[in-house]
Amino acid sequence: MNSRCLTTSSRPVSSQPDIGMSHPSDALLATEIARAVASGKMSALDVTEAALARIREHDTILNSFTDVTADRARGKAGAIDAAVAAGRDAGPLAGVPFAVKNLFDVAGLSTRAGSKINRDRPPAARDAALIERMEAAGAVLIGALNMGEYAYDFTGENVHDGPSRNPHDPTRMTGGSSGGSGSAVGGGLVPIALGSDTNGSIRVPSSFCGIFGLKPTYGRLSRARSFPFVASLDHLGPFARSVADLALSYDAMQGPDADDAACTTRPVEPVTPHLARDIGGLRVALAGGHFQNNVFPEAVEAVARVAKALSVTHTIEIPEAMRARAAAYVITTTEGASLHLDRLRKRPDDFDPAVRDRLIAGAMIPAPLIDRAQKFRRWYRVQMLEIFKSVDVLIAPATPCVAPKLGQTTFVLDGVELPVRANIGIHTQPISFIGLPVVAVPVPLEPMPIGVQIIAAPWREDIALRVAYALERMGVVAAPPPRGL
Amino acid sequence: MAADPLDDYIDAVAKALAIPIEDAWRPAVRANLDVSLRLARMVDEFPLPDDIEPASVFAA
Repeated sequence: MNSRCLTTSSRPVSSQPDIGMSHPSDALLATEIARAVASGKMSALDVTEAALARIREHDTILNSFTDVTADRARGKAGAIDAAVAAGRDAGPLAGVPFAVKNLFDVAGLSTRAGSKINRDRPPAARDAALIERMEAAGAVLIGALNMGEYAYDFTGENVHDGPSRNPHDPTRMTGGSSGGSGSAVGGGLVPIALGSDTNGSIRVPSSFCGIFGLKPTYGRLSRARSFPFVASLDHLGPFARSVADLALSYDAMQGPDADDAACTTRPVEPVTPHLARDIGGLRVALAGGHFQNNVFPEAVEAVARVAKALSVTHTIEIPEAMRARAAAYVITTTEGASLHLDRLRKRPDDFDPAVRDRLIAGAMIPAPLIDRAQKFRRWYRVQMLEIFKSVDVLIAPATPCVAPKLGQTTFVLDGVELPVRANIGIHTQPISFIGLPVVAVPVPLEPMPIGVQIIAAPWREDIALRVAYALERMGVVAAPPPRGL
Repeated sequence: MAADPLDDYIDAVAKALAIPIEDAWRPAVRANLDVSLRLARMVDEFPLPDDIEPASVFAA
């Protein structure tokens, strides 16, 4: 099927998908759907049916969904329509379809977390906290999404469920581990998806699939009733096709939660009302050193476009970023090993062998080295907070390259052959290591998009989102229509 | 083929933790451990003050 660009004069750049429209909502962003449903111009049930039809038509290619919760979605949508008919407030996300990485608990489903082993778990009794908050705001859960096994992945490939595929070229990776989230939003199946990011698993699929992703500050959004990976580094966050949609879902999900020990007690700090504020007074710099090394020309071009649009010429060296990445790796592999130790003993043959062998190795790291990695984390955090006294935003590549081919194991950079898996996240890991908020913005290069990280100080998601919004309005960043459908 | 110096260590830790390792997996486990230890050494080499606290309870 050929894609054609649909634009309307009301938006700066087309962010809506064109996958062969059969329903008007196919082309709408979440903000537009919510407005249409709340005003009674569109039925939530019709919007839901349209999303289900898109999944039926295109997910045979994308392989983004592992579970479609059609009956539940129809029930929820019917309730939204009833609320609107009765004149009640249906919420800021009224009738908006969304889906979640399959490590979120969905009542009635076993939380597989990309694994074979977890399918033997009893069905979840209650939804994850963020699903509850999205639905409380009127959104409609459509299903659960493919992911790399136990989130230990940057590719979006899965030996049990098959790979999620890139909506711009199905022979390429989505990135991972939230691969289905990237594919479902990039392919226009749903306007919003939720994922997790321990070392880059929101930002990498955002980059490869050409969509917006928000990894909030560590502790900002509740992780309650999601399957963990690395307690020290796990974050949850949204994917969307516009910054306003990202902010809308983020605002709906904020708030303290005693069920997540790391969740902040800060009050809700809504961003949506402030998105269009002028960014002229913000101090923006390029992240230097490590963040300008090991990049392909497309990543250089993407960062240059963003820097030019923001008139950024100043570069700040980030001290010890390579070592931060190394420490993140050590904490990840050891905490991951600890989490899965008993499964490694009892069911080693049921793991993806690549994940199993990494986790076994992680179990063998001497304890003092893990302690030093956590102490280094404290040191690095102090240095970064010092940098944020003189700048408000840092710009860095999200990935070193556009999406590699599925199954690709190496790439050649500057004449050196490097492993793909280990290098996809080299620019995301030093940032999530200390929990900084990041918006990954898509630069629509041809033939494949690539993302750039807009990084702010802790708890300043508002700043990162405002800069992303300004870039979107300038037409520098946008979610391109899926070229591979 | 001469045994890799890591093999004795892998055997000892696998035994202590009761983790089964089949021969077919061993090269991959060893390769991953080699990478992990290299990165851990990079962290180890960095001088840290005695009074620095670990970030195991972390606040952003």
